[in-house]
Amino acid sequence: MTGADPRRRGGRLRAGWGDLVMGAGMAVTGGRSGWTRTVLTALGVGIGVAMLLLAAAVPGAIDARAARGAARSDQGLPGPELSAAANTLLVAQVDTVFRNRPVRGRILHPEGPDAPLPPGLTAFPRDGEVVVSPALRELLGSPDGALLAPRLGGARVAGTIGPEGLAGPHELTFYLGRDNLTADHAMRLDHFGGGGPADEFGPVLWLLVVVVVVVLLLPIVVFLGAAVRFGGEQRDRRLAALRLLGADAGMVRRIAAAEAGTAALVGLAVGTGFFLAGRQLAPLVSLYDISVFPADLRPVPWLVAVVALAVPLLAAGMALLALRRVVVTPLGVSRQATPARRRLWWRLLLPLAGLALLQPLTDVRAGRTAATDGQVAAGAVLLLVGTVTLLPWLVDLLVRPLRGGPPPWQLAIRRLQLDSSASARLVSGVAVAVAGTIGLQMLVAGVQDEFRRPSGQDPARAQAVVSLYGPPESRRVLARIAAVPGVTRSLGTVSFVAFPASVGAADPDASPVEVRIGDCTALAEYADLGGCADGDVFLAWRDRPVPGLGPGTRIGFGGGAPAWRVPADARTVPVRDDPVGGRGDGLLVTPGALAYRPPDEALATALVGLDPTDSDAVERLRSEVAAVDLTASVLTLDATRESRQFTNVRRGLLIGAVVTLLLIGMSMLVGVLEQLRERRRLLATLVAVGTPRSALGWSVLGQTGVPVLAGLVLAAAIGLAMGAALLRMVGAPVLVSWPVVGLGVGLGAAVVLLVTGASLPVLWRLTRPDGLRAE
Amino acid sequence: MTGEPLLVGDDLHRSFGPTPALAGASISVRAGEVVAVMGPSGSGKSTLLHCLAGIVRPDRGSVRYRGTELATLSDAGRSALRRREFGFVFQFGQLVPELTCLENVALPLRLERVPRREAERRAGEWLARLEVADVAGKRPGEVSGGQGQRVAVARALVTGPRVVFADEPTGALDSLNGERVMRLLAGAARETGAAVLLVTHEPRVAAYSDREVVVRDGRARSLEQVA
Amino acid sequence: MSIGHTFLGLLESSPRHGYDLKRAYDERFGHTRPLHFGQVYSTLSRLLRNGLVAVDSVEPGEGPERKRYAITEAGVTDVQRWLSQPEKPEPYLQSVLYTKVVLALLTDRPAADLLDTQRAEHLRLMRELTRRKTHGDLAEQLICDHALFHLEADLRWLELTAARLDELAKEVRA
Repeated sequence: MTGADPRRRGGRLRAGWGDLVMGAGMAVTGGRSGWTRTVLTALGVGIGVAMLLLAAAVPGAIDARAARGAARSDQGLPGPELSAAANTLLVAQVDTVFRNRPVRGRILHPEGPDAPLPPGLTAFPRDGEVVVSPALRELLGSPDGALLAPRLGGARVAGTIGPEGLAGPHELTFYLGRDNLTADHAMRLDHFGGGGPADEFGPVLWLLVVVVVVVLLLPIVVFLGAAVRFGGEQRDRRLAALRLLGADAGMVRRIAAAEAGTAALVGLAVGTGFFLAGRQLAPLVSLYDISVFPADLRPVPWLVAVVALAVPLLAAGMALLALRRVVVTPLGVSRQATPARRRLWWRLLLPLAGLALLQPLTDVRAGRTAATDGQVAAGAVLLLVGTVTLLPWLVDLLVRPLRGGPPPWQLAIRRLQLDSSASARLVSGVAVAVAGTIGLQMLVAGVQDEFRRPSGQDPARAQAVVSLYGPPESRRVLARIAAVPGVTRSLGTVSFVAFPASVGAADPDASPVEVRIGDCTALAEYADLGGCADGDVFLAWRDRPVPGLGPGTRIGFGGGAPAWRVPADARTVPVRDDPVGGRGDGLLVTPGALAYRPPDEALATALVGLDPTDSDAVERLRSEVAAVDLTASVLTLDATRESRQFTNVRRGLLIGAVVTLLLIGMSMLVGVLEQLRERRRLLATLVAVGTPRSALGWSVLGQTGVPVLAGLVLAAAIGLAMGAALLRMVGAPVLVSWPVVGLGVGLGAAVVLLVTGASLPVLWRLTRPDGLRAE
Repeated sequence: MTGEPLLVGDDLHRSFGPTPALAGASISVRAGEVVAVMGPSGSGKSTLLHCLAGIVRPDRGSVRYRGTELATLSDAGRSALRRREFGFVFQFGQLVPELTCLENVALPLRLERVPRREAERRAGEWLARLEVADVAGKRPGEVSGGQGQRVAVARALVTGPRVVFADEPTGALDSLNGERVMRLLAGAARETGAAVLLVTHEPRVAAYSDREVVVRDGRARSLEQVA
Repeated sequence: MSIGHTFLGLLESSPRHGYDLKRAYDERFGHTRPLHFGQVYSTLSRLLRNGLVAVDSVEPGEGPERKRYAITEAGVTDVQRWLSQPEKPEPYLQSVLYTKVVLALLTDRPAADLLDTQRAEHLRLMRELTRRKTHGDLAEQLICDHALFHLEADLRWLELTAARLDELAKEVRA
């Protein structure tokens, strides 16, 4: 009951609080070097935080895009047929592609004053007018505009679509007004939006998404851990000074934790700044036809809260962890003189636990639950964290037996032998990223066959197919197509459906026959004709004859045209896959054999060969076709077809991997610079005594190179293990894809070379002999 | 004291920002002599040493080493000169903390492509000569300040330099250790015939020299006429 | 330095002849200034007169060098008292150098040159002592160090005065 000791009276809590405040103060004061350290940490943490916020904003951005996409959807729910009314609108889809960028196009014709206006428009474009997205407007104004303009029906640009009508700022889209649009070629709507739900991701895709998130975010977390250790040596020295002033070990720990936490808080602020600034730059970026509005990048609030809490706590935790390895005495800091031989068992525990979690999941297809998602995520995290824990051990193992070598090598090796963890820490981010990338790419390579199948198209025979519905003068149109510059070959046919007269049109078994009219060369694409001359007629059979069709059969063309009789000498020929992969039986007729004009409803098809050296040939073709008929389709042929969701996930992965590696590269650069800065005086002295700078450069390379080598080897091993586990999970055969491993390792190595290269100018600057003066 | 001076600095000017550190300093060093450079703090002593050693390029004036103007050499050329012809002892922070003392002393030889075995043998001899043979296997962080400085002296002398530049070599030592370092440095230099340019502010350290040059306000004055 | 006390101290271990005393003294303490025989015998006769030493034995023959001296009880007490008494630190308040500098300033002579000349002279002596120290035994080293530290103090004073010469000039001429 004395209550005389103020310290006691305030309680341990208040004393502890005082230490924390003091530590926080030290982070922002403490002279130039203190500042530099805080700035470096804040920069590093800031970059990481910005990335985390960006990741937290991705769901929001996807939702925002999807919401706008749904709001403007004109693929209404299947419902009762509408008839023309005051509130209806005719819409025809005239999508096209320009230089591999998709262009969304719609022809609009309001049928009454209350017709629904699509989002982003203030008024309907009048006949011959078009409203375009800003990106399209810009494109039209560019020298390329002339090539594109015919696809908009040569209409006058009358306005711009507002952001609420666009998926993203770089989207190319237009609404064209046409009074002559009829219901035959269009859809009737009384509202926009309300389309069906977006395509569900299948379980395998979900697995991919979960792993992608882990693989992309984990390196960022690892990097954050490294960033809060920037300037550690100097901090340790300062803590020693505090001990000298009478601080006890506990106080020192609290001060260190608070200092690191404060720096992390500053980093958090910096990161928020980066994110907000970066968000404004979002419209400048367009990756894989995807662009986002700044406002779309709204991080999910609870994720933001997690980041805001976790980062300072992580920083404080790392600071405490780092202190465990050093003894701060009043007379200085001694690292445990001969670092204890790193023990392997607990380092192996994490990745093994990760594998153990992944192993039992042998079939995710059976059913995906939140629990399996969690298990996959946890397993992947543990496995990848194993890279971080095993790396210092592996570096030690590699370096310990090494001796001597040329001086730069000796310098590097000795430094690593003394403290391998600092260098290992720098590299662990890259290693984790590479391991994750390898694992993921293996999964992607393993399952891509599932999402990518042969389309049946044969791009060797034709590169594009033009289909025009009921062109007024099909022969002339086909001739126009053939005349487009860059078109090397055009095989035009006109096809329509007819009925053998022997069966009544009302007969339920009535089997309509496709009649295709074209010259011998064109027809040869559809069947193995053998010999052919004008005037010939062929019966192309798939596997059995069309019932009731044979030489002499009378065929009605409809539309009041007189019936036509299949000539008696018509030959039966085996059908052949056309270049689009179709295979239709029916009648193949050369023009000389048919005196009649084909009916109006006929479909003109041209199989088009394009000059492979002329990348604009297809654009000219599309524009020429659009000039004939906006609704005509031009299909470019591709031997394989990919699921769109899969494509998106794969693209996301690629973007993510590149961004992550760049980030890691930046962080490594900061780390390397930080290490150089701490050794500035020594470096300047070494140069002063005549050490060639190249020797120092090589030693820096060796110092990062050895851990990087170890890191990449480890990353390859862990990545392969993860890939194998994931492949097993989806039931795909476990195959090591060496190109994938090579790609991952190559990317990692490239980052390291880049970083070392980028740090050299600073090394050069630091080693200017004038550096000696900095005393 | 005959013959051409070994190292001559003539009318040296050098400013850092607006403050002139050297304003027309001239000095010459003959082979085998120990020259003390003294003067108040900030008088330009260290800058003079850095200019003479080709570490800092003077704004004006010339430095000739054995008749060669240093300004005509490339950066690499001056590096090589410092490596082969010069030796350096600084106040502190000159030993590579990761290398053992023996490896530190062997480093200049190894940079000259001397095989490791031979380099370390010669380094060991020098350590013995400077009475620090017992610390050969230790890292600089594990030896005392005086021992570290003697290791540094060994490193400066191991290549058989013609000029040793010593910038406050005893600045961080107590007088007993400081004198021991100076005795060994001056003794070894005299034996090998190396000239020593010794920057110091301690008269007792300067007393190990053959003559004294005082730097005041960026100018050097030789006081030898009295001697 | 009191030669009398030094003799008493030397005699305390064993009786000696005058000649031995001189040699022992020169060896240990008289590096630069060996004693004259006159000094030795005048000192010994003073000690004898005061009863601090006594003639221990006289060898046959002529001259004072035949006498062997020994310390008396009173002599031992005297040495004891001398050793236990601290020497009065010298205040160094009367400095010829300072006087010279002020006079140079008053008469507009170059005081800085005066200081530099003195400085060079001090350093020359310090160099000489350093050389002796390097080749001498421990006793030699300690004696030289004693001198070196004093010279160094002077030299520091010269440096300080040189740095503040302008200030001093203003004050003196005011």
